[in-house]
Amino acid sequence: MIEFLKKNKLLLIALSLLAFLYLVSPEKGQVATGNALSNFASVGMVLPPIFIMIGLLDIWVPKEVMVKYMGNRSGLVGGLLAVFLGSVGAGPLVVAFPVAALLIRKGAKLSNVFLFLGAWTSVKLPIFMFEWANLGGIFTSVHVLTSLFVYVIGGIIIEKTLSHSNKKEILERAQKVA
Amino acid sequence: MNGVFYVVAGGMLLASFLKDKKKTRKALMKAYKSFMKNLKMLVGMMVLMGVVFSLVSADTISQLFGQESGLYGILLGLGIGTVSFIPSFIAFPLGATLLENGAGYPQVAGFLSALMGVGIVSLPMEIEYFGKKAAILRNLSAVLASILFIVIIGGIL
Repeated sequence: MIEFLKKNKLLLIALSLLAFLYLVSPEKGQVATGNALSNFASVGMVLPPIFIMIGLLDIWVPKEVMVKYMGNRSGLVGGLLAVFLGSVGAGPLVVAFPVAALLIRKGAKLSNVFLFLGAWTSVKLPIFMFEWANLGGIFTSVHVLTSLFVYVIGGIIIEKTLSHSNKKEILERAQKVA
Repeated sequence: MNGVFYVVAGGMLLASFLKDKKKTRKALMKAYKSFMKNLKMLVGMMVLMGVVFSLVSADTISQLFGQESGLYGILLGLGIGTVSFIPSFIAFPLGATLLENGAGYPQVAGFLSALMGVGIVSLPMEIEYFGKKAAILRNLSAVLASILFIVIIGGIL
């Protein structure tokens, strides 16, 4: 029972908040349900292909290959690959988490994983074109360049800040969600 | 756009199947298992975001921004971007509308950049994946990226 509660903590908290909202204001509750459904419709569509790709890569990409290209001594290539992977992603940041976990499991350097997440939030190609169309080239270019600048340095600093046991925990968590 | 992902995933699946049926079956089992594990968290996230967005709607944001400017507006933009979840296909046109209605570039920049990179609502899920410390540090780096973006945009636009 307690195990069940623990495993579904997030879902249970969210559902009780929704129930509470319905009690306070049924109208808002309906709006929230509608929002949740439309969020799910937009994100849900992209999930099946992403998880199929994660599953295939998990089986076919040997750990040595990931270590070589994105691991501790991958250097510039690892960083460029991280930005590339982030920029061809689809969906909001939460969709990137399982992909990041795959990279971690396979031995990618943590700074590259954080750079990947940063790229996912700022340089995704479809979004990039859409942003350019809506807000103009200067706005979009400055957004992308400042983001990459901060995330390259930020990724390195985050990795340096994490202790040995932090890193072990991250690896364990990445293996747990597989 | 999603279609591209279905085509690529389908192509990879076919190639994998032709090369090794057993391995492909294993990959699909893995995909299914990790999909189900993530689904519970994702549904929780979506409901949570639905609740927040029902309280902080696009209209509310437009009203709050209205004619605001200066540091107050910037902090407001950062704050709202941090706590809300709006799909980017709504967020960017919203940003353009805000600009048309007299909001400043730095405010809109802070709002959009925080919206994309900083996630208070998704923090519980991020912690599930990377642990507390890494998740918080990553969000902090996204706040820093937003601030740098605001400063530079404020200087040139």
